[in-house]
Amino acid sequence: MAERIDVSIEHRNLPEPATDEKPHPNTCPKCGSHYRDDELRENLRVCPQCNHHFAVRARERITQLADEGTFREESAGLRSEDPLEFFDLRPYPERLAEAEVSTGLGDAIVIGAAVIERVSCELSIMDFSFMGGSMGSVVGEKFCRACESAAERGVPLVSVTASGGARMQEGILSLMQLPKTVCAVEDLKDAGGAMISVMAHPTTAGVLASFASLGDVIVAEPGALLAFTGPRVVQQTTREKLPDDFGLAESNIRFGHLDGIVGRHDLRPYLGRVLRLFDRDHDGQ
Amino acid sequence: MANDAELHLRNRLSRLRGLGLLRGTRIKGELSRLQRQLEKISEASDEEIWQHVELARHPERPYTLDYVERIFEDFVELHGDRARAEDPAMITGLGRFGGQTVALLGHQKGRDTHERIRRNYGMTYPEGYRKAMRMMDLAERHRFPIISLVDTPGAYPGIAAEQHGQGGAIARSQALMSRLTVPIVACIIGEGGSGGAIAIALADRVLMQENAMYSVISPEGCAAILWRDGAEKVKAAAALKPDAANCLSLGVIDAVVPEPETGAQTNWPEAARLLGEALQSSLEDLQKISGEQLRRRRRDRFRSLGVFAEATASTAIPSAPAPVRK
Repeated sequence: MAERIDVSIEHRNLPEPATDEKPHPNTCPKCGSHYRDDELRENLRVCPQCNHHFAVRARERITQLADEGTFREESAGLRSEDPLEFFDLRPYPERLAEAEVSTGLGDAIVIGAAVIERVSCELSIMDFSFMGGSMGSVVGEKFCRACESAAERGVPLVSVTASGGARMQEGILSLMQLPKTVCAVEDLKDAGGAMISVMAHPTTAGVLASFASLGDVIVAEPGALLAFTGPRVVQQTTREKLPDDFGLAESNIRFGHLDGIVGRHDLRPYLGRVLRLFDRDHDGQ
Repeated sequence: MANDAELHLRNRLSRLRGLGLLRGTRIKGELSRLQRQLEKISEASDEEIWQHVELARHPERPYTLDYVERIFEDFVELHGDRARAEDPAMITGLGRFGGQTVALLGHQKGRDTHERIRRNYGMTYPEGYRKAMRMMDLAERHRFPIISLVDTPGAYPGIAAEQHGQGGAIARSQALMSRLTVPIVACIIGEGGSGGAIAIALADRVLMQENAMYSVISPEGCAAILWRDGAEKVKAAAALKPDAANCLSLGVIDAVVPEPETGAQTNWPEAARLLGEALQSSLEDLQKISGEQLRRRRRDRFRSLGVFAEATASTAIPSAPAPVRK
């Protein structure tokens, strides 16, 4: 049985990995309904009973958002190294190898060119299943390349984030991915490019404190946890009773940090509409 | 193995030798002292790295205002974010330094219990970062160089801090720093705690005092998550390698600022003199460069940070198919 891999600072409210003791990943944590995988996939991994938004893997997200057959992946060959020779209970390279085998991804992000509702754009999609969507050197580099590719092609960037924050196993280099990605967004903006940031559950810590918060338009999925520090740590530090919706998208929109909460069924048309508004060559069709 | 370690050390030393701030009559002494230190560090035990963490957090260590008092003239502190609050964990102000007006940003911890509470142990609210951004705007408009002194356990993890947009404030503070065309020098003078630190450390030149630490997460936090036991903080610190020598060898900082032999906490005037020298020589170097070029170099500097491998097209690793979940 696989050990649970924790890389995020926040555990509460995060999707649980499948183990014998844990509920099945297709069982809704909110209402307890259970679904076949194809049922859930068909409904964009939203619970038909209670509208709970399940986690979406990166490739499935691309299928949900991009016009069929338009996605062209970039920089798929990037892999993490182990600059700190980091060893906690297990060596970092072992955790990386295990994550690659179990997710089929090289790291926690997939980038590439795509078309959404007939508007060309660049996609940067994070995957929480790969070490909690944590940002190390590869995630930072691939996000920057997505910005550069968007600027070169003169198209907007659509970023979908799902991350527990910076990856501890790359130490201070992970922290440096915050300013690195921020600089890439600023270069994109200087080149006249737009960035649409979609925050999925969870978008926390280092990713929230860098590129995810810099979208020209920022929206979140319903119920997503969007917090620099998650509820468990805030509770421990302050010993105060937290509001029921602490850190959730619904709280963030009241405090003015979001442009909207967009349900997954509306996400693609919403992105299409926004992209057309930013598309200088749009011919009005 | 021994050769690798030696090569590594030699690389570090050659970088130290290239540093502008170690010039002058002191260079020989400083260099050999750093060399001894590096030799010590290269074989540092877990305990020794932990001692670095304790020194960085030493309660007698000089804080931002202690340095300001010693290296600035005519310092005027400016308060408030002009939107919601004054955050005493973040100091901003203008002062004379090296014959010119400079803008200062810096975290401030408290010295006694009363002041620690008032300054929230140097843990900034979003209002503090907005205050810093106000100072950056002012500096840009008046062409004042910026000096940023970093010393925080991290951004404050509280209810109001989250509600007022802690993550967004840290992101936007960095974004503003990446847009400025005035020279920015940052120095980690104690704890460089994660997002709370980098919010004001996107600088042209990043310095770090000999006994400071700079880390993505506190050793305690890392131990609680990866070891599931906060008591493993010593092991976590050793794994995170938050000390100046490691940060230098990873290219995260540009230079190490020497401290008095027995540490900054034992001799504030000497620590301030050494920091002042390092800041001055950094500013002199940066002021030779045009604003546009500074901004370009600053972004390129951060853009280049990270270590990864890239398979070329012909050797691309085929993605394994995702396992089917039943």
